[in-house]
Amino acid sequence: MKFGFSLLILALLIVIPALGASLGGAPFWGIVIPYCALLIFLVGFTSRVLKWAKLPVPFRIPTSTGQQKSLDWIQHSPLDNPSTGLGVVGRMALEVLLFRSLFRNTKVELKEGPKLVYGSSKWLWAGALAFHYAFLIIFLRHFKYFVEPTPFWVVGMQNLDSFFQVGLPMLLATDAVIVAAISFLLLRRLLDARIRYISNASDYFPLLLILAIAATGILMRYFFKVDLVGVKKLAMGLFSLKPVVPEGIGAMFYIHMFLVSSLIAYFPFSKLMHLAGVFLSPTRNLANNNRMRRHLNPWNPQVKVHTYEEYEDEFRDVMKAAELPLDKEKQCPKAS
Amino acid sequence: MPRDFNRIVLGLAVFLALVLTPVWTNLFRSVPPLQDPEIATRNIPGKDKCVLPSVEMKVTHMNLLNQWRDSVVRNDQRDYATADGRHFDMSLSRTCMNCHTDKAKFCDRCHNALAVNPYCWDCHVEPLVQPASMGTEVR
Ligand code: HEC
Ligand code: HEC
Ligand code: HEC
Repeated sequence: MKFGFSLLILALLIVIPALGASLGGAPFWGIVIPYCALLIFLVGFTSRVLKWAKLPVPFRIPTSTGQQKSLDWIQHSPLDNPSTGLGVVGRMALEVLLFRSLFRNTKVELKEGPKLVYGSSKWLWAGALAFHYAFLIIFLRHFKYFVEPTPFWVVGMQNLDSFFQVGLPMLLATDAVIVAAISFLLLRRLLDARIRYISNASDYFPLLLILAIAATGILMRYFFKVDLVGVKKLAMGLFSLKPVVPEGIGAMFYIHMFLVSSLIAYFPFSKLMHLAGVFLSPTRNLANNNRMRRHLNPWNPQVKVHTYEEYEDEFRDVMKAAELPLDKEKQCPKAS
Repeated sequence: MPRDFNRIVLGLAVFLALVLTPVWTNLFRSVPPLQDPEIATRNIPGKDKCVLPSVEMKVTHMNLLNQWRDSVVRNDQRDYATADGRHFDMSLSRTCMNCHTDKAKFCDRCHNALAVNPYCWDCHVEPLVQPASMGTEVR
């Protein structure tokens, strides 16, 4: 149901530009749509992050997976439960670059007995890592369309990517990796009843959309060829704010472009915002120094307190008369 | 404002600057216009047409080369007949480069712009550019 809905939306996003671009109006598909998408992305992303930035996080949230720093003879894990800023940088790097949290993914199974068994399950981690890095490399490779002269690192990247020299145009390894990885991530949601139960359209849709983007890209490379020099002229026109639409770029390009624009425009409203969110996770980006420093809630109301000292001062005589013990004897010049 | 507000805004600014790299590298730098490949033989009779129509060549020349390579190396078939009845010796250096003599001004112009770096020239010889003569008898 939720999957069907995502599939339906995706089909629309493919049919609309396919029909539209064949009816003409290339400037609309090649210029207006991408500019609108980029604008929505920039405004949406900025406002979402600013909204998060305004939320106060007055306390350290020590939901960590390692022993916190306390007494010297208790071994503490400086990366999983850092107490310093540097440790936090380390933890964030592990999280952002290597998906440390996913590495801890476990799988629960009910075995004969009945026995509840928790086992390590690295597939999600491996799939996610493969997917994200393939996506990153593919994204960076696209700078060959954006910048002239082509940056040297794009050339190097592309040479490495086509290392296996399979076919012509040469197979790019990341293309294969990303399709395999997204398919795995999608099938994981679809085939495992428990994960399917907690999956929403907003989980399926980004996967489907990115899969469709990769698929149209690969189709363009091998089957529905487009004039790549024209594509570069179009892309550079967009980015130098002097848009042009060269004649005769194939329709598949406009479908690809429309899907990418959809992804970009959808980004700020979706779970894809974890791109920014991962850096703003309070359980990851705050040093657990609760034991070393007192964190005061800055907007606590001023509470009028009456300390025991003041209380004693106030009732000293009465207390003395009742022979109650006193912290401070009445100051008597002679005794001192 | 929360304590980390400024730091988050700084991070956001860095991110936006990175995302907009293609914009500012194109806007604030004089970008050489993309050069179209030079067709040296356009006006030479008999050499004024490519193997396939130019629109097709533009996007499928690597498939044609692949087909030629397989045909020669695997089947020892070296003759290629076009739909309009012309015949070509299936060879990269002796056929393609016989018309497109200057690799740097032809193949490379497109390829450099798109980070394409065919490994063919590891083995195949690209013709020396000789201004006067068109003949290149390299294998
Ligand atoms: C109109 C521009 C243009 C010209 C001229 C051109 N190419 Fe290409 N060539 C391309 C593009 C674009 C690709 C990459 C296609 C892709 O990535 O899908 C390519 C890819 C290739 C490939 C496949 C390489 C790979 O990494 O997949 C070979 C081989 C090739 N060209 C050979 C040649 C030769 C030889 C010449 C000169 C006789 C030539 N090309 C001239 C645009 C051109
Ligand atoms: C008989 C001479 C001749 C041969 C052989 C030849 N070409 Fe061409 N090629 C041309 C001409 C002339 C044009 C321009 C045609 C036009 O613009 O109508 C051209 C156009 C092209 C283009 C498109 C360039 C552009 O920007 O439109 C490519 C790519 C190309 N040739 C590659 C090759 C490859 C690869 C081979 C070998 C398989 C080859 N050519 C063999 C003469 C030749
Ligand atoms: C490892 C060295 C090597 C590389 C790299 C290589 N070739 Fe070849 N190629 C050969 C050899 C050897 C032959 C056989 C020559 C013959 O029998 O005439 C050949 C034959 C060919 C032929 C037919 C014969 C001729 O004279 O051209 C074509 C076309 C061809 N290769 C295209 C390519 C293309 C396109 C590439 C790059 C994508 C490439 N080759 C890369 C070694 C290589």
